[in-house]
Amino acid sequence: MSAYRCPECGYLFDEDEGDEHEGYRPGTPFAKLPDDFACPDCSVRFKDDFEKV
Amino acid sequence: MKGYTATLPGGEAIYYVDRKRYLWTLSVLYPLQPFIGIWLHAETGNQAWLLLPIFLGYVVNPLLDWVLGEDENNPPEEVLLKLDRDPFYRILTYLVVPLHFVSLIGAAWWAGTQSLSWWAFLGLAAVAGITSGLGINTGHELGHKKSKIERRLAKIVLAVPVYGHFWIEHNRGHHRDVSTPEDPASSRMGESIYRFATREIPGAFKRAWAIEKERLERRDKSAWDMNNQILQSMSLSLVLQVGLLLAFGWKMIPFLLVHNVLAWWQLTSANYVEHYGLLRLKDDKGRYERCQPHHSWNSNHVFSNLVLFHLERHSDHHAHPLRRYQSLRHFDNLPTLPSGYFGAYLLAWIPPLWFRVMDKALLALPHVNHDLTRVNIEPAKRAAIVQKYGRRPGESS
Ligand SMILES: [Zn+2]
Repeated sequence: MSAYRCPECGYLFDEDEGDEHEGYRPGTPFAKLPDDFACPDCSVRFKDDFEKV
Repeated sequence: MKGYTATLPGGEAIYYVDRKRYLWTLSVLYPLQPFIGIWLHAETGNQAWLLLPIFLGYVVNPLLDWVLGEDENNPPEEVLLKLDRDPFYRILTYLVVPLHFVSLIGAAWWAGTQSLSWWAFLGLAAVAGITSGLGINTGHELGHKKSKIERRLAKIVLAVPVYGHFWIEHNRGHHRDVSTPEDPASSRMGESIYRFATREIPGAFKRAWAIEKERLERRDKSAWDMNNQILQSMSLSLVLQVGLLLAFGWKMIPFLLVHNVLAWWQLTSANYVEHYGLLRLKDDKGRYERCQPHHSWNSNHVFSNLVLFHLERHSDHHAHPLRRYQSLRHFDNLPTLPSGYFGAYLLAWIPPLWFRVMDKALLALPHVNHDLTRVNIEPAKRAAIVQKYGRRPGESS
């Protein structure tokens, strides 16, 4: 699985870990995140903006 | 004074000293202002002293901004990271949290135990409210950060003004939607602050609740679960305010009512002046452009920035929401408020005056250039605004 990073603030979405606080279970593929997904930390970058690491 | 070393791209070594380092303690001490009035009242027996912080806030503060002027200096790019990570600045924001509780409890104690004339009583409640409005500012600085401790402190300090929903609303709602017609916390051209308040106060709460509810649903929890971060902060508010009621009796009902409303009004005033009329444009896919520095009104006025943790450097804040207060930068050619926030609030509270000054400034911005399609306009005022400012066909800029 892969991880995706917010280019503004560095928030990392690791598919293996998901994001418990935000309610994304471990193993959630980045593609399955809602289309209007905004970075949970800065809210000024969106799904399309995230970079694969 | 502590400084930072760095090497410029050309190889030259620099040593940077932040001249404001210790001056930021003003943001920590300013919330103690009710005690100046209480002390002078106790010393002289004259109740009018209780109102002194109102005079300090709205007369002395704008005057100091005017006299001391603006500061456009930025720390060099090369030391920004070191400055941002220096724990000294962070600790100041931790220290102010308990002081907000001390101020409210102290003012409530004085109002509840002294025999005051009605005007002095209400004046002290107003002073307490204005001061707790500063607590929203403290919660704002803390709530933008990633660390657990800072987020926890944000929820705690926001319990004082009973605004626990603010950091969710602000971070996840306002920053996403800022300077668009969809944002209840961005004011529109032609919208008075009073009309704005009726849209902003309920709108912000609804948006925060919706965002938190959605998050809890993803976790298969009810919106009323104690994981709801709004409820966490609000329960602390309840304990605090019921505690004051039990300690000082029925007098606390009008006191807290005035306190709460005035605290919220501080935030409404700040929100009102921060993005007035500014609009992010949509791209060909119908998505709003990224928030850029020219989507916020900025102010570099020295004094009011020093008591507000640099909140008025709002353009950089919206472009980079996690940047800490000490490293927020000035940019050239920004939308610029005619004064610091306290003076700007005075202007905002008198709508005809505000429109007169700000509509002209808004339309003259380089990225607007009198083009009303680049302005966030109050729908009810659109026709009148187009009539007054619209360009006739064939007229060029
Ligand atoms: Zn981010």
